[in-house]
Amino acid sequence: MDNMFSDALGQLLAEQCTPAVVRQIEGGADAAALWAQIAESGFADALVPESADGAGMVLKDACALWELIGRHALPLPLAETMLVRGWLAQAGASLPEGAIAMAPRARQAGGQVSAVGVRCAKVAQWVAVELGGETRLLAAAAASQTPAVFPLDAGLSWPEAVWTAAPVVPGAGDLQVAQAMVYAALLSGALMTCFERTLQFANERQQFGRPIGKFQIIQHELAQISEHAFSSRMAAQIACESRTLTPDPVRVAVGKARTSEAVVVVADFSHSIHGAIGFTAEFDLQLYTRRLHHWRVTAGSESHWHDVAGEALLADPSPLALDLIRRVSDAEASV
Amino acid sequence: MSSIASLTITQIPAEAEALRAEVRAFLTEATAKIPAHIRAKSWSGFDPEFSKALGAKGWLGMTFPKEYGGGGRTAFERYVLVEEFLNFGAPVGSHWIAERQSGPLLLKYGTDEQKRTILPKIAQGELYCCIGMSEPNSGSDLASVKTRAEKNDQGWLLNGQKIWTTNAHHCHYMIALVRTSGTTEDRQKGLSQVLVDLSLPGITVRPIEDLAGDSHFCEVFFDNVQLSADALVGNEGQGWEQVNAELAFERSGPERIFSSVVLFDQWLAYIRTPAGKRPESTRLAGQILTRMAPLRAMSIAIQEKLARHESPIVEAALVKDQGTVLEQYIPAAIADDLLSRDEADVPFELMQTLTYVTHIAPCYTLRGGTRSILRGMIARGLGLR
Ligand SMILES: Cc1cc2nc3c(=O)[nH]c(=O)nc-3n(C[C@H](O)[C@H](O)[C@H](O)COP(=O)(O)OP(=O)(O)OC[C@H]3O[C@@H](n4cnc5c(N)ncnc54)[C@H](O)[C@@H]3O)c2cc1C
Repeated sequence: MDNMFSDALGQLLAEQCTPAVVRQIEGGADAAALWAQIAESGFADALVPESADGAGMVLKDACALWELIGRHALPLPLAETMLVRGWLAQAGASLPEGAIAMAPRARQAGGQVSAVGVRCAKVAQWVAVELGGETRLLAAAAASQTPAVFPLDAGLSWPEAVWTAAPVVPGAGDLQVAQAMVYAALLSGALMTCFERTLQFANERQQFGRPIGKFQIIQHELAQISEHAFSSRMAAQIACESRTLTPDPVRVAVGKARTSEAVVVVADFSHSIHGAIGFTAEFDLQLYTRRLHHWRVTAGSESHWHDVAGEALLADPSPLALDLIRRVSDAEASV
Repeated sequence: MSSIASLTITQIPAEAEALRAEVRAFLTEATAKIPAHIRAKSWSGFDPEFSKALGAKGWLGMTFPKEYGGGGRTAFERYVLVEEFLNFGAPVGSHWIAERQSGPLLLKYGTDEQKRTILPKIAQGELYCCIGMSEPNSGSDLASVKTRAEKNDQGWLLNGQKIWTTNAHHCHYMIALVRTSGTTEDRQKGLSQVLVDLSLPGITVRPIEDLAGDSHFCEVFFDNVQLSADALVGNEGQGWEQVNAELAFERSGPERIFSSVVLFDQWLAYIRTPAGKRPESTRLAGQILTRMAPLRAMSIAIQEKLARHESPIVEAALVKDQGTVLEQYIPAAIADDLLSRDEADVPFELMQTLTYVTHIAPCYTLRGGTRSILRGMIARGLGLR
């Protein structure tokens, strides 16, 4: 079932979420048509229980889908939407129409509830906002916007009354943990895309009469890119390793820290191997490397999650680090 | 485009995990009195009594068939044991190469006679082997080995020299890669593996002291050493293929992740104390954890592929390269952490362990194939060569 699902999503994204579409939406074009195609496909309900007409997936299954979203640089918060819809449906709440962004760690001041740099806020209809440990669903249209550093994002600010009247999202837990899990998986997909594109380029681009991939230094750089890409893919699986809709914070710390840490090396080597062409707006590499850098710092950079993982390790009662390593690196036992 | 298959998170089967508690209880007692800077040697720590004790427990040669004195158990059961050995810093050096590399090689390519005489003793922890691949002018470039075994009426006449042979001075046998025909110009062709009884006349073994003051690797000289006809392991002329298969197996195990782990645990114990705890140290501990855990998950996923008789050679090289880089990062980063404080506040045993691991760390990316050679292998797996 999993493979059929991801094959179908891969095909949908390859057809509908082309680099041209990504550029248009990043440039401010309406994302409604793309969202409509995705909504129609049913993928937004991947984590909704079968009893509520969803696909009944758990986090562990969703990892591969989120990776695909990262691979295709989808300019919509589909991954976040899947998760929030899953939580809502699990609690028997009604499901809103439209894309849902996430704003962990919102703040309350001056009669407003606000969040900076909300990922994909400009292309979302709803925002799951966390304030003081509680997550509520707020309409994006009810917020006033401030600029953000990435074209799809925005800072959002709602009157307190909107927050107070908004429905609670049960089961969201620590929203930053959930968002970090999602972005670990997105990162692993985008890292894999950078790796594969760079490998292909190295086989095609000729200098000094042969493909540059024949030069040992390029081979060794590609070997290192592949190491980071494959470790990141495993790290993303670790982050999503749960047979429920609730992520494990320590596993997420491992997954997000490792994928974030891979970014600088992979982006650097990918650009250096691509030469000047990779530096252009017209060439697709930038769609992925700009995201790598942006997603690296989304929901906490590697140092944030190193701190979380480090605290967990220091608090672990075993004198062997192995025991915590085992707990996070072994798959969850099936029941 | 690339021959790297994706690795999926998995877990060690429950029947293998079932061994952990018993092994751990044994190791807790057996290593209690060994100071950390000695435990840090682990797979280069030589202790025949310890090897015999493991043999008596049935914890060596677990995966060998019962008919050859083994336990007939699964690779995952062995994985659990080895993981515990390394994390406790148990002195497994005496039997290490025989149990992990030579035994499986003989099982795959050896004659029935070789298996019957050698494997049971390896499983008892009483027979040790070494690997004679490297020579003074053949390190990374093994196809250039010069040591020769010439066919004569009694078998094979061996002449030449090996170097960096781990534990040759304590071992009973060497499995050597030698030229049985042609010249170094013929490269991979004409190479074979032979089983050399190191008590034979004409063999001189000279330990070489390493930079930490230990003598574990050796020079070995062969001067007209007469081997019997049945010394050949596998097929004549197939040495290159056999050696490559042998090396592929040893690249992704726990020994490529946990070489510095005794130091890591000791340092963790210190930074857990009120005197040792600092935010920077906590962050570093987390960084190391978040690099290690995915590598272990990959190592286990590879183990599962091996158990299904797949040969994830490139994946194994991927794990070894990153694992050894991390193993080398650990002492460097811990040194930076500890000595950004006043040395007087740092426990002496921790400093001693740090110093030892710092000094031997360069070998992590040499033994079993250098970093550059592994990256070359990965590149080949990616279709770049
Ligand atoms: C602790 C320890 C234990 C060992 N135990 C054994 C043992 O039991 N048995 C045994 O047979 N050997 C053993 N070795 C030897 C080990 O396998 C070799 O050291 C290793 O293969 C490298 O060979 P070398 O030292 O001759 O270096 P060289 O091959 O001379 O390499 C020197 C440098 O050049 C680089 N280099 C070489 N060729 C290339 C290339 N084509 N492209 C890019 N870079 C290249 C290498 O990566 C390295 O950085 C041991 C080594 C150590 C350190």
